Amino acid sequence: MEAVRSLSAPVPRAKAGPTPLFGAYGIVKRFGSFTANDGVDLEIRAGEIHALLGENGAGKSTLMKILYGLLEPTEGVVTHKGDIVQLPNPEAARQLGIGMVFQHFSLCENLTVAENIALVMPKDLSGRALADRIARLGIDYGLHLEPDRPVWSLSAGERQRIEIVRCLLQDPKLVILDEPTSVLTPGEAEALFTVLERLRQEGRALLYISHRLDEVRRLCVRATILRAGKVVGTCNPREETARSLAAMMVGNAVRAVTPQEGATLGKERLRLDRLALPAPGLHATALRDVSLSVAGGEILGIAGIAGNGQAELFAALSGETRAPDREAVRLDGAPVGALGINARRRLGAGFVPEERNGHAAAPLMSLSENALLSRHPTAPLTRFGLIRPGAARDLARRVIEAFDVRKAGPDPAAGTLSGGNLQKFVVGREILAEPGVLVINQPTWGVDAAAAAHIRQAVIDLAARGAAILVISQDLDELFEIAGSIAVLHDGTLSAAVPSAETTREAVGLLMGGSSDAAPAPAP
Amino acid sequence: MTLDIVQMVLVTVLAAATPLILAGIGELVAERSGVLNLGVEGMMIFGAAVSFAVAMQTGSTVLGALGGAGAGLLLAALFGILTVGLAANQVASGLSLTILGLGLSGLVGANYVGIKRDPAPHLAIPGLTDLPGIGHLVFGQDGFVYAAVALVAAVSWFLWRTRAGLMLRAIGDDHVATHALGLKVRRVRFLSVLFGGACAGLGGAYLALAYTPFWSPGMTAGRGWIALALVVFASWRPLRVAAGALLFGGATVLQLHAQAAGLGLPGQFLSALPYLATILALVLLSLGQRQGGSLAPAALGRVFTPSR
Repeated sequence: MEAVRSLSAPVPRAKAGPTPLFGAYGIVKRFGSFTANDGVDLEIRAGEIHALLGENGAGKSTLMKILYGLLEPTEGVVTHKGDIVQLPNPEAARQLGIGMVFQHFSLCENLTVAENIALVMPKDLSGRALADRIARLGIDYGLHLEPDRPVWSLSAGERQRIEIVRCLLQDPKLVILDEPTSVLTPGEAEALFTVLERLRQEGRALLYISHRLDEVRRLCVRATILRAGKVVGTCNPREETARSLAAMMVGNAVRAVTPQEGATLGKERLRLDRLALPAPGLHATALRDVSLSVAGGEILGIAGIAGNGQAELFAALSGETRAPDREAVRLDGAPVGALGINARRRLGAGFVPEERNGHAAAPLMSLSENALLSRHPTAPLTRFGLIRPGAARDLARRVIEAFDVRKAGPDPAAGTLSGGNLQKFVVGREILAEPGVLVINQPTWGVDAAAAAHIRQAVIDLAARGAAILVISQDLDELFEIAGSIAVLHDGTLSAAVPSAETTREAVGLLMGGSSDAAPAPAP
Repeated sequence: MTLDIVQMVLVTVLAAATPLILAGIGELVAERSGVLNLGVEGMMIFGAAVSFAVAMQTGSTVLGALGGAGAGLLLAALFGILTVGLAANQVASGLSLTILGLGLSGLVGANYVGIKRDPAPHLAIPGLTDLPGIGHLVFGQDGFVYAAVALVAAVSWFLWRTRAGLMLRAIGDDHVATHALGLKVRRVRFLSVLFGGACAGLGGAYLALAYTPFWSPGMTAGRGWIALALVVFASWRPLRVAAGALLFGGATVLQLHAQAAGLGLPGQFLSALPYLATILALVLLSLGQRQGGSLAPAALGRVFTPSR
């Protein structure tokens, strides 16, 4: 705590040294009674990658929207080379050389790559000239794009490339990147870092918003840390440890996840026997003879790069897709392959899908209604087919308290929560049901360190109480932290599970890449 | 002489299709920007009544047509203020607009029921118009028909060849993303709604000034709804709206002839035929080319309130 306090001294307004390229001073932004930014100062110099660190909801996104002209600050000024500038709209920001790579890409799915880029280009640029410039930039920076592809057919990494190319075509002096790696595979992230380093060497300033501390320590030499809308410090992240940075972000030391020790495994609770499912669509993956077994008290981690059958496997486990053979899926020995999701829940299973908004929760419905949506088979929330709103609110309140869900108002719409808080809610909603089997897909995707630790600990504690848990995750660190054994899903085929203590990240990484050693799971 | 009969049939088909093309293209632009205006029928009939009243008062067909377009625009402005400005529900507002338009048209047209007027003048170019087979079809139409054809071409060009058209389509696809890029979502939507209203009003004016040159209450007879359906089944493409309108017009003319010839089929069935044929054709068309993404403007019907 002492280290944090010394860092929270106010940042002097006029620092010694060269005038910063862009500065923001005394920024205050209020939404009604909520203060998202409270007197934030930030200075960005040319040729540096400046990290903006903070938990979900710390005010990072608000600050960057102000810099990009999307929000008007309630108080405070933005400067460019020492002069105060007005940013009434993004056009004005672009004129000053500010470009933005959005976290939730600001792309129109039904337009082509070139059309999406043309939207923000100068009016006098012809389609052909634009295509030429896209191609040239692709060669220069290794950012290959097919201009005529519609965006809906592209992967997350390709979509981000569009955002970056669109930004670079305007020759920006400052590039703001909001959580750029949150949707990328490790390989795509590496390629991004190369581009960012190149941009820095070209003398551009980069504002790198993230809560991934390892990335920040690798890329940046200066970081501004936000907590609850205030700057709590600036530092050189390379001189700090991941733990001390996290402590500044959260305000106290992040609780380390305590792994289960000497877990005694109970009897088998979840079993898949040679589950085979055809690909449900053009861009989907077929499952090929997937077999696995999870015992009570065990956490099985499924590693793999996105798009290798994770979504299909989750759907088959949850009952969103019925198995052709009812014996292929077993819960506590009972064949459930033909049963739907509610029937499986009644048998003691719980499911947390990957996508928070729209799959795990209905964003426009309140938290209590969302509690009802997945818990009505397993909790007394209805009577004679009628909803008991009091009981639903009570359940939501218990989840909120047990998982420290931060929210505005007593029972707000799920979509108004920040990503980490909504994830804590949807995980907590299932865990409070005390399921005998829990299946989670990407438990901490896009969630800040504190919330992620909370969720992982809750999963470990549930296993310690005898539940069988299957965690599907792209995050290897997470799997090695919590899973007792790990199997790899590649192109719809699941490798044999190995105890995580007996394997390495490299070995798992090879299997994720589809190395030829990837042996299918042995037939039982 | 059969050639002239074919031409005569085609002229009536085009005449039946013109109001649908006008109203459909206008609605297409509004929907491409993301606004679903179910008030087409109301804007059309109000346009018909006002155009007839203005034409009677001034004696000018052109002023009448402008009056009709203006009347549609006025109702559309009301709709735009409600749904784009105040983020009201588009479906409810559109339905109310239809009811309002029907009521207002009765009020405006009350003194003109049963009065006939000369139809809008047709183009007559000596030599060309008298060409056998195609002269009347190509060179002998009234201004509305030419306006409708020009409108289809202009809107196609605008939406797919201009930057403003690209912005309009982008806003209809994702208002959050385009707002984040700094596009003027609400301004573009409001203008698109106004354009749609003016087109619908013009379509109504065509009915009252050219198609059946008199005013009678309820004379649009559901054409606004058909125009709405055309836009959907045409998967929001102008040329397909025109093709669908022509198909509908053709089926209408055909069933009239079939009824006159006494085919022995119930008249109600024959009257329903144009609707069935149009829906069937356009459904098949939109099924054929779907592989992913969405045909409809993805933000269609969703209200947008920017934070600032």
